[in-house]
Amino acid sequence: MKKELNLTINGEAYELFIEPKRLLVDVLRNELGLTGTKKGCNCGACAACTVLLDGKAVKSCSILAMQASARNITTIEGLADGPNLHPLQQSFIDHWAFQCGFCTPGQIMAAKALLDENLKPTAEEVKLAMDGHLCRCTGYNMIVEAILGAAQKLQQEAK
Amino acid sequence: MKEYAVIGKATTNVDGFAKVTGQAQYTFDMVLPQMLYGKILRSPYPHAKILNIDISKAEKLVGVKAVITAKDTGEHKQGCWRRFPELCDEPVLCLEKVRYIGDPVAAVAAIDEDIAEEALDLIEVEYEPLPAVFDPLEAIKEGAPQIHDGVKNNINVTRNIEWGNVEEGFKNSDHIREDQFVLAPQSHAPLETHGALASFDGNGRLTVWTSTQTPYYVQCLLAETLEMGENDVRVIKPHVGGGFGGKNELFADQFCASFLSKKTGRPVKIVYSREEEFIAARRRIPMYYYLKIGAKRDGTLLAKEVRVISDGGAYTSMNATGLYLTGWFSAFPYKYPNYKYDGYKVYTNKNPASSMRGFGAPQAVFAGESQIDMLAEDLGIDPLQIRKRNAMTPHYVVPGQATIESCGLPQALDKMGEYLKKRGKLLKGRGIGLACYGFNSGGVFNWFHTPYAFSSALVKINIDGKVDLYTLAADVGQGSNTTLAMICAEELGVHLEDIRLHTGDTALCSTDLGAWASRETLMMGNAVKMAAADAKRQLFEIAAMKMSPNIVYDFEAKDRRIYIRERPDRGLSYYDVVKDAIRAKDGQLIIGRGYYTPHGKGMISPAFSFGVQAVEVEVDRETGRVKIIKVTTAHDSGQVINPLGVRGQLEGAIMMAAGYGLCEDMPTDEGKILNPNLVDYQLIRYRDMPETETIEIDTYEPEGPFGAKEAGEGLTCPTAGALANAIYHAVGVRINDNPITPEKVLKALKEKEGKFTRRLTRKA
Repeated sequence: MKKELNLTINGEAYELFIEPKRLLVDVLRNELGLTGTKKGCNCGACAACTVLLDGKAVKSCSILAMQASARNITTIEGLADGPNLHPLQQSFIDHWAFQCGFCTPGQIMAAKALLDENLKPTAEEVKLAMDGHLCRCTGYNMIVEAILGAAQKLQQEAK
Repeated sequence: MKEYAVIGKATTNVDGFAKVTGQAQYTFDMVLPQMLYGKILRSPYPHAKILNIDISKAEKLVGVKAVITAKDTGEHKQGCWRRFPELCDEPVLCLEKVRYIGDPVAAVAAIDEDIAEEALDLIEVEYEPLPAVFDPLEAIKEGAPQIHDGVKNNINVTRNIEWGNVEEGFKNSDHIREDQFVLAPQSHAPLETHGALASFDGNGRLTVWTSTQTPYYVQCLLAETLEMGENDVRVIKPHVGGGFGGKNELFADQFCASFLSKKTGRPVKIVYSREEEFIAARRRIPMYYYLKIGAKRDGTLLAKEVRVISDGGAYTSMNATGLYLTGWFSAFPYKYPNYKYDGYKVYTNKNPASSMRGFGAPQAVFAGESQIDMLAEDLGIDPLQIRKRNAMTPHYVVPGQATIESCGLPQALDKMGEYLKKRGKLLKGRGIGLACYGFNSGGVFNWFHTPYAFSSALVKINIDGKVDLYTLAADVGQGSNTTLAMICAEELGVHLEDIRLHTGDTALCSTDLGAWASRETLMMGNAVKMAAADAKRQLFEIAAMKMSPNIVYDFEAKDRRIYIRERPDRGLSYYDVVKDAIRAKDGQLIIGRGYYTPHGKGMISPAFSFGVQAVEVEVDRETGRVKIIKVTTAHDSGQVINPLGVRGQLEGAIMMAAGYGLCEDMPTDEGKILNPNLVDYQLIRYRDMPETETIEIDTYEPEGPFGAKEAGEGLTCPTAGALANAIYHAVGVRINDNPITPEKVLKALKEKEGKFTRRLTRKA
């Protein structure tokens, strides 16, 4: 039986009726058309589906949509301010930190959670925080550089 | 070196905004009104007769709109080999028997995925299991299970390459070595799995959006399979979440979605699960490698004899090309006066082995470069020196195969020597290994039997000076969209942002064979450059009319300006010339056309990249764990179009090839892949990635656009072989089968130490 679910996604409130077994990733993608969030393995192994739940990075294939009830969800679609990209997004472009781009939304959201917590991470800290994210194209190093580049930009903005 | 306005400059990806905002649409994301969801029923047996299929229960399930079996899809056997129909051996849906665990047997379309899944469980298939065979060395024996009728010893393709006289060469050699290697399979593991969305319209025309590297192949093969006219099928490639050679052919998602759409009259989408991607997509070709090499005392190579038995899996797929290429790359990149190669493709009851980034070369380089190091040690020669002594050089002719034009290998080896000297003495427990490599810039083979140019492009200049560039080139992440836009902008003398790309749609773009063999930069790059030059010539005609220059002068286009090369101060605005040109042509748009088909370029490729890579490792003697510390690459890809893109290719190639060397494998038990998920299939992760360094090699390839060559696959070739050499250098154990897991290192260390202890004991 379908149940009522209230979600706040990218600052907007949604009222949904869904089957309680539905995963957050499927509700985002199939019910709400937020297809920026990807699904690469459906078992929590690749982290392509990462979104922010109250600011923390979570794999949206590993939680039920119901568990996100009344909490704040941020997806990749909520990161830019219209045509103005978030420094992380711009830095990913500047550093060629994606190729096929399929894992990129998840990588960027995880990096956002990291930088929200630690604005001055070392390269090692970035690698540690991002280690669960699989990418088959980039070899990761350019993503690390992009995240460090964005951190610098954000530090300057914070001053 | 010529100073360019656009190319050679680090340029960000033209698809960047879409990809960092989630706007980029992949097949996986697509939805159409009335769309149904399809699922494929696959064989649970590695080899079995199909006695009966009962779909009645599945058809009755509420929400199921269609079920198809071989009764619907027919007896047609599909494959890319339109010139060699006997190699097209893959049934659409299995008819009489199944040949691997994962072979497609039936498919359903339903109103949602859950119902489609449930319907699969309701299809009753009666199988009669047959004896199966999984190892090619077993499959070639007399009395082994026969996987395809009429194929003796399960060998359906042999490939032979020969020049000189190897017997003579070995006779004249001071030293001969014979070695064996075993090369493992590897999964492409793209983050986006295979997927297709097919939609028939009321006029019987089919449109398919699909995750592919080869829209043109899919168009033609679907048309054949569905018995339709080629141009009644339109294939559109949206953004693709990685390919790596695994999306070059026609797959079950594409033909099942199409048949189901035909039957239901509604759009049908099928996306492979991650498990399907592992068990029913393709894999890198596992090979048994036998090498015999002969050299003079000073290290001059005189002869090489190679025999390869490849584990082809159940169908030919693109393996026959891989079998040729691995033989070709076994003679690379050295000057062998005498060479002989015999390759055998053997059917086994496993999923088909096919093209994967490097296509035969990583296998050849792992075996060949390991052996070169062993040979050097036997002869007491430095590994770098033996490579220098035998390296290919510009204009070298490989008898009957290819002519090497540009070749930066000697330069790369010199610079690598400087690097090694600078690196100095290594820390304890560390080792450094080298591997040389080279790769095609596109293939000259036409087994697809296309009547079209290998690459074609069209440039359209509009009244506001904006340029539409149409190409079927498949950007699957490697960055060809950016490369091609840069080539177009450079040739036309406009800015990158003036170019608008229209790619991957068979109805809008003329043919390109697709993104394989690292062909887009050279082949489509040439087509785009020619199309842009054609459009530019039309602008120059108008400029000449307006400026009436001395006829010995030439025009040049740069920075949105058209001017006289010899008198740069005399020029016109590009925009003004465009406006005048369109008026002068009675309002017609400026259209430039370009194409590229290789002619007189031998058997393999019009041009070759070259390089040498040094891999530094640290080996933990307690655990056998190998950590890659640093990878340094001297890579010759001709004139680099986009340095950022090339670095991206390098980094990604190292990740994939280090996985091939250290951890990626697809072990099977009775034909069942034991690790068909991203937890148990080990990919290189963030913390495994080493520091990288690139040494620039400056060459110019006359056949390439602006002198460019490939930079995509060649870089995947050296790492695993260099790793093997580095491990030997670090701890003195030689592992001849990849991946070099901690278990193998520990075992080899134990054996080595055991031998050492025994020897000591005996002496005492």
